[in-house]
Amino acid sequence: MPVIMRKYWATAAFMLFLLCVWEIVVKLGIVPEYILPAPSSIIKSIIDTSALLWEHSLQTVREVVLGFLLAVALGIVLAVFMGIFPLVKQALYPLVVISQTIPIMAVAPLFIIWFGYGILPKLLVVTLVCFFPITVSLVEGFAAVDQDIIKLLQAMGASRRQILEKVSFPGALPSFFAGLKIAVTYSVMGAVIGEWLGASQGLGVYMTRSMNSFQTAQVFGSIVVITVLSLAFFGLVNLVARIVMPWYYQK
Amino acid sequence: MLEIHNLTKTYYLNTKTAERTDEGAMPETPTVLPTLDDISLQVKRGEFVSILGPSGCGKTTLFNLISGLEKPDRGAILLEGKDITGERGHVSYMLQKDLLFPWRTILENCILGMEIQGIPRKKAREKARTLLAEFNLAAYEDRYPHVLSGGMRQRAAFLRTMLANKEILLLDEPFGALDAYTKSEMHEWLMSIWSKYHPTILFITHDIEEALFLSDRIYVLSACPAKVKYSLTVALPRPRKRHVLVSEEFIQLKKLLLQILFE
Ligand SMILES: Nc1ncnc2c1ncn2[C@@H]1O[C@H](COP(=O)(O)OP(=O)(O)OP(=O)(O)O)[C@@H](O)[C@H]1O
Ligand SMILES: [Mg+2]
Repeated sequence: MPVIMRKYWATAAFMLFLLCVWEIVVKLGIVPEYILPAPSSIIKSIIDTSALLWEHSLQTVREVVLGFLLAVALGIVLAVFMGIFPLVKQALYPLVVISQTIPIMAVAPLFIIWFGYGILPKLLVVTLVCFFPITVSLVEGFAAVDQDIIKLLQAMGASRRQILEKVSFPGALPSFFAGLKIAVTYSVMGAVIGEWLGASQGLGVYMTRSMNSFQTAQVFGSIVVITVLSLAFFGLVNLVARIVMPWYYQK
Repeated sequence: MLEIHNLTKTYYLNTKTAERTDEGAMPETPTVLPTLDDISLQVKRGEFVSILGPSGCGKTTLFNLISGLEKPDRGAILLEGKDITGERGHVSYMLQKDLLFPWRTILENCILGMEIQGIPRKKAREKARTLLAEFNLAAYEDRYPHVLSGGMRQRAAFLRTMLANKEILLLDEPFGALDAYTKSEMHEWLMSIWSKYHPTILFITHDIEEALFLSDRIYVLSACPAKVKYSLTVALPRPRKRHVLVSEEFIQLKKLLLQILFE
């Protein structure tokens, strides 16, 4: 805990200052509450609707976890094939990039037409957002492995599989985790966008409903929850990275 | 015994242009880079042989050929009478950089060669542990390479090479990046290891003193394309201690080599 405090005290102090200014501005009546609720009202609304928020969050978390895991699996499979077969890389890499230029807001409704209102289309939106940084970072990680290390193994008579297993994978891990961290920060947002377009549960639904009934404090409440969730997922990936690559963090 | 017969290697830069010439398209003249020219040499079992040559003459290329990483244009490489030209996995090759894997502890790094050969990890670890102590690395066996000094890294990389357990060790300028003091310590250390285990060593260097201090024999290569310019038997008695560096005999040999290298 002291380490965290030392690292983030400046950020925390600055945020506290901003929140105070915000509170004062609203309480003095400079901005009306229905446009910008005071932080205290937001906290109160989070506490008052905590049961509801919890339920909706659970649904979003479910979508994020499943979608993210699917993206990781897809990213690994794609990157490994691209790493082993140069022709596959040549064929697929541009397509992977193009997939990212398609606006999600346009694809998400299609997913709903194709796959209905269940969890699947939301999960696919999350996967679509997340698989790109994962795939690219792993492909780049494979490519950046020291060629001399590969030569060393070849001289020892190692097979391609041994080289992949003993050099390419561990060597690409730092880059892979960098990609995972980017992907995971997008993942909650992806799920919320998926929910906006048609769902019965989830933070996106809660947000839309609050907006439609002018419960601005509740909209802010869901934003806070989304941020906290994103940070929590980020922290989780970071933790896994530290467990998997102790050597990388000792440097 | 390792025998090398008439090894020749030429590199072509712009290989693609060179191929296109055959089809009659507009040719750009490719750069032809003759690197090795008819190199022949032998290393007997248990012998310490050095290859001395100017920077960029093709020493590393020679090792890439012996280890099977690349194929010669002409010539043959025989190990114990068996033709191993272009085949990998017959020799232990320590490349110019130490190339310790940052994600493996020192112990795990050292067992790499045995792992590739399919020796069970447990057995490999036991074998490595007994030698780590002798290499003054026991305290570091569970640490990652980044905490080691330059000399320690070289010792670890050398142990990894030795533990691959092949007929011959190819060492490419293992001490090239070390400071003079550490280098001289490493020389004495290497001599103590060598006199105990008598591995067959082929050693690349462009440091005359290093070659004389360590070797039974020295091959001197010319500048690119490399030819064997001279071969020399170092008759200095063993075990050699540091003071041999200032002995009359040593200085005579050094003068001779300087003359040959720069003539
Ligand atoms: N794969 C390659 N393709 C083209 N040219 C190469 C290749 N490998 C080496 N060369 C060339 O061959 C020559 C000899 O290179 P090499 O690395 O064998 O020299 P070296 O004697 O080991 O040098 P140093 O002492 O600096 O390590 C150089 O001119 C180099 O540019
Ligand atoms: Mg070299």
